Amino acid sequence: MSTTTARGAARPAPAKGFPRPRRQLRASSTFNFWLFTGPFLIGLLIFVYVPILWSAWLSFFEARFTVTPSEFIGFENYRVMLTDERFVGSLVTFTVFAALIVPATWALSLALALAVNRLRFMRAFFRSVFFLPTAVSYVAASLVWKMSIFNGVRFGLANTVLGVFGVDDTAWLANPNPPWYWLVIVTVRLWLQAGFYMILFLAALQNIPRELYEAAAIDGARPGWQTFRYITLPQVRATSTAVILLLLVAAYQAFDEFFNLLSKTTWGRPPLVELYYKALGDNQDYGAGSAGALILTLLICLVTLLQGRFMGFGRGEDGR
Amino acid sequence: MSVLGTHHWDRRSVLRAATGLAAVGGLAACGGNTGRDGGPGSGKRLVQYFHAYGEAGTEQAIRRYAEAYEEADVSTQWITGSNFESKLFASLLTDKAPDVFEFHPQIQLVRSGQVADLTDLVEPVKDDFNPADIRSHTVDGKIYGVRMIDDPQFFFYRKSMFEKAGVGVPATLDDLLATAAELTTDKVKGIYLGNTLHPVVNPMIWASGADTLDEKNEIAYHTDAVVEGFRTLRKLFTSGDLLLDAPTDFWDPSALNQGLTAIQWCGMWAMPQMQEALGDDLGIFPFPRVTATGKPAVTNGGWSMFVNAKGEDVEAAKEYVKWLWIDQKEYQEDWALSYGFHIPPRTSIARSADKLKSGLPAEGVRLFNEFGHFDNIGWTQAMITALEDVLADCVRKGGDPESALDKADRTVGRELQKLFG
Repeated sequence: MSTTTARGAARPAPAKGFPRPRRQLRASSTFNFWLFTGPFLIGLLIFVYVPILWSAWLSFFEARFTVTPSEFIGFENYRVMLTDERFVGSLVTFTVFAALIVPATWALSLALALAVNRLRFMRAFFRSVFFLPTAVSYVAASLVWKMSIFNGVRFGLANTVLGVFGVDDTAWLANPNPPWYWLVIVTVRLWLQAGFYMILFLAALQNIPRELYEAAAIDGARPGWQTFRYITLPQVRATSTAVILLLLVAAYQAFDEFFNLLSKTTWGRPPLVELYYKALGDNQDYGAGSAGALILTLLICLVTLLQGRFMGFGRGEDGR
Repeated sequence: MSVLGTHHWDRRSVLRAATGLAAVGGLAACGGNTGRDGGPGSGKRLVQYFHAYGEAGTEQAIRRYAEAYEEADVSTQWITGSNFESKLFASLLTDKAPDVFEFHPQIQLVRSGQVADLTDLVEPVKDDFNPADIRSHTVDGKIYGVRMIDDPQFFFYRKSMFEKAGVGVPATLDDLLATAAELTTDKVKGIYLGNTLHPVVNPMIWASGADTLDEKNEIAYHTDAVVEGFRTLRKLFTSGDLLLDAPTDFWDPSALNQGLTAIQWCGMWAMPQMQEALGDDLGIFPFPRVTATGKPAVTNGGWSMFVNAKGEDVEAAKEYVKWLWIDQKEYQEDWALSYGFHIPPRTSIARSADKLKSGLPAEGVRLFNEFGHFDNIGWTQAMITALEDVLADCVRKGGDPESALDKADRTVGRELQKLFG
């Protein structure tokens, strides 16, 4: 008891007007936590988790023209999707797209970052210029590419330029042989996203200690390729890994430019476009579409984990 | 010191602020565009969906008709873009579905209980409608939509270019290829069928002497003549005489008006714009027969008005449809003839339509009457897509038409099985 008394005596009396400050602060912090995170959690629940669970439920039903089906069909939708050559073909389309866009964006954004990082004047200006396309909508950019630059008639920008050299008009998007549509799709996405990844690389480049370059110079390293190969590139390895991961996930989510550039083709459909036509387009088959979406989700998780393991993403310094 | 810095955000203040925000949000929601708000009226509110028409003044016309209706506040969703079908189908599954909407007659809407029976509205005036339009909206003796406009589609061509090249109107699909080759120059392509070529799928089938489905609702498109038609279209696609990848699609007359092509597949709706741009330098002809057993074909497109059977007030929606598309003949005539040219499905209105009685419009009406093929209500969106995929696979991509049609047969067969057993 005495101890209690002593401890009680040792505690300063609370000032008038501020009763139980620690408890109020704690209660207030909890309240504020829920106040600020609550709406987002509710949004996450309603717009992400409920649709995912609903989609998983739909995938086991015959759900044409309804999202409240009653005919349970087990794994039939999964069988249909896994044997659907268009869906499987969309995974091939994605693979081609990722093989083109991921290295191209990585190289271009790193090159832009290196160029901007070297600038002594107007660095902020060029950084902004290259970053600005990030703010443009994919739909708007696709329409500019489709209607102004790469339309198939004689007054399209690309055809006008080629016409000067005597090249006939090219139907960039209407004809899959030769597949010029890849040029249109890859360039529009490069233009849209290279600036964002340039900023990430720029931050990484600015974190490289100058002493490393000075030490290398003293040891006889030649500036240029040698310095880039043995100092810059290893130093931006972590950023590169993150960039490639983000690019790969973004490639999986490709929709807008394919949907707007390739109108109702049976080629050049990445998985999301294929699923759109399956579930939300004219077919309205929500069961098969949901099964396809879940297959795709599992595939993205698997590839991401494999890629992270392969590239050492998330591995601590000790693990290197 | 900032204002925020002087204020103590205790629990009550935060709750007061949150309540205030919620109230403001609620009020804002009341004033937002929910699609169900309207002006003063009887308290009944209706929403109607229209796709964006290409002719100037159409949106204003539809809103004007709706404003004149006194029994309910009718708000219009004017849906732009090329995916009207997707938006309509998706919204029909939700509480925000339109009460009335325009679309084409398709049996899956009836089978899934999405459209209301309008027999009681149409029956009293049934004899005044084009019988083919009534047939194409009827399932098991019940009529499920009111036709607003009939839209014949055929080839438009520049007479002066034909004269200069010394060619006549083609009578067969092979002739059409030869004509396109003669008309092609370094500035002008011979022919334009739209960027996807989809609009010529059905006319090519009909011009081959086949049909999409037969009277027993069985596959009727998979014939040797149709296979031959797809092969011929592939030749056209690779000939260099076909305009590919134009800035606007087939429904817009720009490709012909701007001199990008000498022949264009388009609808009669664009005739006034073409006549304004080209004057008398304009002719029309149907899709030519594909084989000796075939016959020239004209697509009769068009739009009909349907009532959402699961809407909040189906009776009010039906009353509005009756008022606008059965009773208000002057609006129906205005809708059919004041913006683009459409053929009124009501015989009494078509008979008095002076704009369609002479010249090129009269020729369009003749082709419509002689070679027109109407919607088949059993030919659903999934079946339409299946044959469009055949065209994409074997004409644009160079695949084998036989195997592409086999694949379509499986899709269409599944659909038919579900719909007709």
